[in-house]
Amino acid sequence: MVEFALPANSKMSDGKSWPSSGGKRPKTFKIYRWNPDDGQNPKVDTYQLDLDDCGPMVLDALIKIKNEVDATLTFRRSCREGVCGSCAMNIDGTNTLACTKNIGDVEGDIKIYPLPHMPVIKDLVPDLSQAYAQYASIEPWLKTTTPAPERERPQSPEEREKVDGLWECILCFSCTTSCPSYWWNGDRYLGPAVLLQAYRWIADSRDEFTGERLDQLEDPFRLYRCHTIMNCTKTCPKSLNPAKAIAEIKKLMVERKV
Amino acid sequence: MTLQNRPLSPHLQVYKPQLTSVLSITHRATGVALAVGTLLLVYWLVAAASGPDSFATAQDFIGSPVGIFLLLGWSVALFYHLANGIRHLGWDAGYGFELPAAYRSGYAVLIATAALTAISWIIGIAVM
Repeated sequence: MVEFALPANSKMSDGKSWPSSGGKRPKTFKIYRWNPDDGQNPKVDTYQLDLDDCGPMVLDALIKIKNEVDATLTFRRSCREGVCGSCAMNIDGTNTLACTKNIGDVEGDIKIYPLPHMPVIKDLVPDLSQAYAQYASIEPWLKTTTPAPERERPQSPEEREKVDGLWECILCFSCTTSCPSYWWNGDRYLGPAVLLQAYRWIADSRDEFTGERLDQLEDPFRLYRCHTIMNCTKTCPKSLNPAKAIAEIKKLMVERKV
Repeated sequence: MTLQNRPLSPHLQVYKPQLTSVLSITHRATGVALAVGTLLLVYWLVAAASGPDSFATAQDFIGSPVGIFLLLGWSVALFYHLANGIRHLGWDAGYGFELPAAYRSGYAVLIATAALTAISWIIGIAVM
């Protein structure tokens, strides 16, 4: 359902301003905070760091804040090099990975929120259970009926190329949570990340369940809530193109009928 | 901990408006505007069919500043929806998904809307 305004328990207000650490190149970070234990609404806390004394990426700043200013700040991170997808969040108005977002690319204060329109577990940690369940629903593994060959299932270089731009997805859900269609219909629309993954298996020459996969997607909501808004492609931190993958699925839907 | 108490993270409130999403919501808004504008067209036709007096009233209304404003808005909506509709046809056929191409076609739609609106009004005013 389309609800433009935030529910009463989700409305934000200005929170604490933490003391500045001084320095020659101060930068202000405004960060979404919500604590499940204090019964209060979310707040936006203000922190100030000296960029001369901080790593170049937004994740470096978050880690510095957690280590040196406010140990209660909560966020997910792991690889710190853009391959795990843990630190996806809304930075400066668009979704991206904190570890690959350069602080210098943001003018003025850096505003950081959790991935949009998701239930918040704490601070910058969203609950992705539903997105993961949707991912499981497309059965993201190789499915075959023919007997397994003695060695691997061969694939020509040309066939292999068809999954380029698809297999690189790290499932950070930046795209899915940038999609207004997913905001309004996320309970039934699969969203760009999961649809890109669905196409990854449809496009795989070794998979033998293309028809069944298309049957599963042929639904006014699961697939066709995509209105080619293109926020997904615009925001993908790996420069992939979920909108194009979804369009390829739609094309296959038409092609198999004619 | 109760799951129900979890807040919803901000979305429209914080997401940066960008060409992708703005043109998309404009497409929908102009679609709605066209549907409403069609009522005006129907009113004009019904007035024409009802006789000279009612037609004169309708002409007066459409020629008034409010009427002209509505007509201008309707023509902008028409040309935007037309141009962006063609853009969507390209997408449906699988073309123009690379980000630079999507931005180029987006700006082209805006330019086409302005140009087609201006041309149609110039022609309209010239033949009046």
